[in-house]
Amino acid sequence: MSQDASTPSRPVPITDPATAPFWKAASQGELSLPRCEDCRRVHYYPRAVCPHCSSESLSWETLSGRGTIYSWTVSRRPAGAGFKPYVPYVVALIDLDEGARMLSNVRTDDVDSVAIGQAVRVDFEDMAEDIALPVFRPA
Amino acid sequence: MTREVVIAGISEAGLDKGVFAEPVSVLDVQAQCATRAVADAGLTMADVDGVLTAGLWGMPGAGTLMPLSVVEHLGIKPRFIDGTNIGGSAFDAHVAHAAMAIERGYCDVAVITYASDQRSASGRNLAGKPPHLNMQFDSPFGLLTPIGSYALAAHRHMHEYGTTSEQLAEIAVAARRWAQLNPAATKRDELSVDDVLDSAMISDPLHKLDACLVTDGGGAVVVTTPEKLGTDARKKAVYVRGYGESVSHWTINSMPDLTTTPAAHSGPAAMRMAGVSHDDFDVVQIYDSFTITVLLTLEALGFCKPGEGGEFVSGGRIAPGGAFPMNTSGGGLSCSHPGMYGMFLLFEAVRQLRGDAGERQLDKATTALVNGTGGGLSSTATCVLSNR
Repeated sequence: MSQDASTPSRPVPITDPATAPFWKAASQGELSLPRCEDCRRVHYYPRAVCPHCSSESLSWETLSGRGTIYSWTVSRRPAGAGFKPYVPYVVALIDLDEGARMLSNVRTDDVDSVAIGQAVRVDFEDMAEDIALPVFRPA
Repeated sequence: MTREVVIAGISEAGLDKGVFAEPVSVLDVQAQCATRAVADAGLTMADVDGVLTAGLWGMPGAGTLMPLSVVEHLGIKPRFIDGTNIGGSAFDAHVAHAAMAIERGYCDVAVITYASDQRSASGRNLAGKPPHLNMQFDSPFGLLTPIGSYALAAHRHMHEYGTTSEQLAEIAVAARRWAQLNPAATKRDELSVDDVLDSAMISDPLHKLDACLVTDGGGAVVVTTPEKLGTDARKKAVYVRGYGESVSHWTINSMPDLTTTPAAHSGPAAMRMAGVSHDDFDVVQIYDSFTITVLLTLEALGFCKPGEGGEFVSGGRIAPGGAFPMNTSGGGLSCSHPGMYGMFLLFEAVRQLRGDAGERQLDKATTALVNGTGGGLSSTATCVLSNR
């Protein structure tokens, strides 16, 4: 499934002040997450208070976009009409090199070739103004 | 000195082929079952001063402030109300909450209610939640709900421990064999490991027959203290000896370790309170939304070590006649699953402890463990029940 086939009928994130920078960075081709200035950990998903140490001192950091697959599944049916063109598609948990774990898709022509521990790198699919979906491809 | 707490009455709405045998609204199902459960305890609705409820009906709308709609429909004025909704384990947590209220004298007779018409209303689909707040990081990726979260956990467990699809299928097959002993179960035809493996793959590695049924369902449970009961009701009362609950996340990307459910916390807490250990249970009722849910829960509760769940459930150990009687009604996999199954674990535990389980009745059933799981492996509530 190519980037051009992104369909507006997939659910488009409804952003809020703490999350809009994440989606906007993605629309500019960067994977960006808050890093806590107290405990120094990156967290996902972005929020106004660090879930690791409850600090409110956070700053956005552009990440490498590299990670490994922690686990994965293949949706053999669509999760709503917007996903029909993608079936079958891989949904995976990605351990980012910087430490956070995120749910995303792994785009590949061979869904059966995906494996835990596989190295992946980020790519982006435009969804709306200032919103792109970070997805991953085999590195 | 706190008061002893018992489950004194139960009532489960009858199903026919997975839909309500008596077609009434979700509110009327709860009113009927509450009245019948109270009668089962030898009491009347006028004795009820606590109401606990959870569900997924009527939202937005009548279900938004669900306890208010239920209380109004019952026509009573409780002084203790709890609408804790942590998914399918909610009703097992409600037992804990009712017990705390009763122990303290905050209320005397609590009724827990639930109803779901998801099958007759065709209310179930595989799509995610509206993509706002925490769900903006979940729904856009098309994880099938709820099976996808469980599939991610299953793959991880297979990777870490070599667990196989055949071992998961054994859980579905054992459930079916119990269901064949239960005339009220929805699915009673023969089922083999190969049947499970040959069923459609929905979310790898989970097949259609690794997943629970989709049925209607409803019921009520009465929790009180023995001093409120007459002689007959006291004889069949089931004591609440211990309870525990735990929640860690909703969306699966926030689950700390995909192979360890919160039962690792709620289980030991409940067993410690009851002063029992694993060998003391004659029967266990484990939430079985999916086959993997059972395997992870048995490990988290400590019935076997992490990674040993696959071997533990194999060879008929959890099937009728096996060494570890579990989900003796046929469970969510073969009896019924209305979306939030935790109350049905309580029904079956109470039936076994009362000696009311018919052909599937165990020879010895004194102490039972119930463990509900809700959300995406997100919440658990554990109860230790005993008939003395």
